[in-house]
Amino acid sequence: MNPQPEQINEHTISVLVDNEAGVLARVVGLFSGRGYNIESLTVAEVDPENALSRITILTSGTPMIIEQIKAQLGRLVPVHKVNDLTLEGPHVARELAMVKVVGSGEKRVESLRIADIFRARAVDSTNKSFVFEIVGDTGKVNAFIKLMEKLGLTEVSRTGVVAIARGTKGI
Amino acid sequence: MASKQLNGSQIVLKALVDQGVEDVFGYPGGAVLPLYDEIFKQNQLRHILVRQEGGAVHAAEGYARSTGKVGVVLVTSGPGATNAVTGLTDALMDSVPIVCLTGQVPTHLIGNDAFQEADTTGITRPCTKHNYLVKDINDLARVVHEAFHVARSGRPGPVVIDLPKDVLMGQGPYSPPTEAGHKSYRPQLKGDAAQIRRAVGLMASAKRPLFYCGGGVINSGPEASRLLKTLIKKTGYPCALTLMGLGAYPASDKQFLGMVGMHGTYEANMAMHDCDLMINIGARFDDRVTGRLAAFSPGSKKIHVDIDPSSINKNVSVDIPVIGDVAHVLKEMLAVWKTERAKPDTPALKAWWRQIGKWQKRDCLSYKTNSKVIKPQQAIQRLYEATKGHDDVFITTEVGQHQMWAAQFFKFDNPNHWLTSGGLGTMGYGLPAAMGVQVAHPKALVVDIAGEASTMMNIQEMSTIAQYRLPVKVFILNNHYMGMVRQWQDLLHGSRYSETYMDSLPDFVKLAEAFGAVGLRATRPNQLDNVIKEMLATDKAVIADIRVDKMENCFPMIPSGAAHNEMLFGNNGDDSLASEEGMVLV
Repeated sequence: MNPQPEQINEHTISVLVDNEAGVLARVVGLFSGRGYNIESLTVAEVDPENALSRITILTSGTPMIIEQIKAQLGRLVPVHKVNDLTLEGPHVARELAMVKVVGSGEKRVESLRIADIFRARAVDSTNKSFVFEIVGDTGKVNAFIKLMEKLGLTEVSRTGVVAIARGTKGI
Repeated sequence: MASKQLNGSQIVLKALVDQGVEDVFGYPGGAVLPLYDEIFKQNQLRHILVRQEGGAVHAAEGYARSTGKVGVVLVTSGPGATNAVTGLTDALMDSVPIVCLTGQVPTHLIGNDAFQEADTTGITRPCTKHNYLVKDINDLARVVHEAFHVARSGRPGPVVIDLPKDVLMGQGPYSPPTEAGHKSYRPQLKGDAAQIRRAVGLMASAKRPLFYCGGGVINSGPEASRLLKTLIKKTGYPCALTLMGLGAYPASDKQFLGMVGMHGTYEANMAMHDCDLMINIGARFDDRVTGRLAAFSPGSKKIHVDIDPSSINKNVSVDIPVIGDVAHVLKEMLAVWKTERAKPDTPALKAWWRQIGKWQKRDCLSYKTNSKVIKPQQAIQRLYEATKGHDDVFITTEVGQHQMWAAQFFKFDNPNHWLTSGGLGTMGYGLPAAMGVQVAHPKALVVDIAGEASTMMNIQEMSTIAQYRLPVKVFILNNHYMGMVRQWQDLLHGSRYSETYMDSLPDFVKLAEAFGAVGLRATRPNQLDNVIKEMLATDKAVIADIRVDKMENCFPMIPSGAAHNEMLFGNNGDDSLASEEGMVLV
């Protein structure tokens, strides 16, 4: 029934909700009120015609907690669907980050070289700075930011994870 | 489509009437003046003017739980709404359907810290099942209908509708209730057929089965209680009920083992600990029931029927979850039991009942009476005996020792007649709740079994009771202490009674008279029956001040952090103190 009750795993959960006032507060309040973790949270309207938004939450917990999180989300009135992408098969997860690097000389050239390896794009540039845009899974984004630390990293802005199941099936 | 335009207040009232509302509990104020003006002009809805908004919500809870209908509350913005918060939380914890209309400052002032402004939807979001802020009058009728649908379907709960004053005064269209109720909210009513078959299979092969049933049975409606009785009678299995479930199965039946949990009976708790199959119907494995989770019913398989998927596997892992409405699932279970020609394992069941008989012989609720001082248990038992002849008896309680004694000694044979604050444990619940019950059932006998400390928490509602000539009986077990808190100080804090003595209590007899009610008092056991008799014969509100043994504690008891087979028996057993780990629990 509960083979590894203490095992804490990360789960990517996708929640389809009515895009109405307060819906995000409901979801976030549920997590804080019940003591669940939010590693990242991303939200945007995905179906304007039906006023539906999709929230992607990266959370962690024991299997029993994850089950609770899904059940608790499911009983919120404006929630249409809750999908545990981690359990439901392979999925693609991506994050976008903007990384500002300030510096000159060799460091500046090096940052551009690394950006090229990571397929990050420079979306803004001055004589002393770049803003790189990088898209990838969380590990890749983390690795890029880590490398930039020594090369003049001054600011990071990240979207949090968005994810979708692989294959033909929609949620 | 040019439908007739109404003002916002007319739309709200029309929607309430179309939802079958007859009574509203409320308190006026600036932001809801337009609504009160429309209330003045009509005679389809009766408004009950409470004395504090908290009383309005508890009264609506009493009304809802005794009728199965949605209770309706109307309060103003700011303090009106914040005073309602405790009642809303109470209704959420005990799954009571409530629609609470709150006034709000006009939309253009929202967020400006206007007079009597509070972020009502923000404050009530975690203590309601759902809430709405209506900013557009075109949504108003739909939202009110939707609120009723959400409040009463699935696991019932409180819903707040925040109504800015300009919306109440604007002009807009009215639309009647729709069949669907809500565009997407559809709780699952029918249980999964395969799961039900598996559950019945387990039931038929059980050797030491136990039905453990809760408030979900009562919320599912009277039919659920009838089906439960049929199923339990058919199987011959024992049944225990939670605090919220009392009345779901007749207490007078010999298959009933009593209440489970912290102050449940020895036989119910031991049966829970030792059973090999637990059939949970509409209960939620609350911490007051389970005791120490690691030692909770270690040898049993568990079936759990609940309409709320989040109740499944929340505290206790179960083997067969069935998500659905209790009445629907019980009906299916009975059908499968019949078609599969299931039969209980008679020899095993006989042995199980023999074992239960041994536990029952322990007579865990026994207490010693004497001629000098009234025992609280005795007071409730005498009250119960005296009310047996009445057709319709509703009991509400406050929170504390008297509540547990009432649960132990008052026997309920029907659902919806026992109203107590179980989940939140709200002192001050019983008096306004009794008021709400009496509004719904003017002819019935409604008794608030109370403690003197809890009574003081909503005593202002005696004035409402006077205004509407409600013959509510307040039966106070007066021991001059916050008894349950003191009991824990006895168990865990070296009997240091820090701030639990109720000094300077009012003279409850005179207090009753001040509110136009009748005051009675019993100080000695030989006065008890006469006072009860007089109370029941009085056709007005009564406060009966029953002076009981000040130091009596409530037993049996599973101390916090202990298991079901580690019960304390108080004066008639050998007790050890609760554990250190138990001390940090509540």
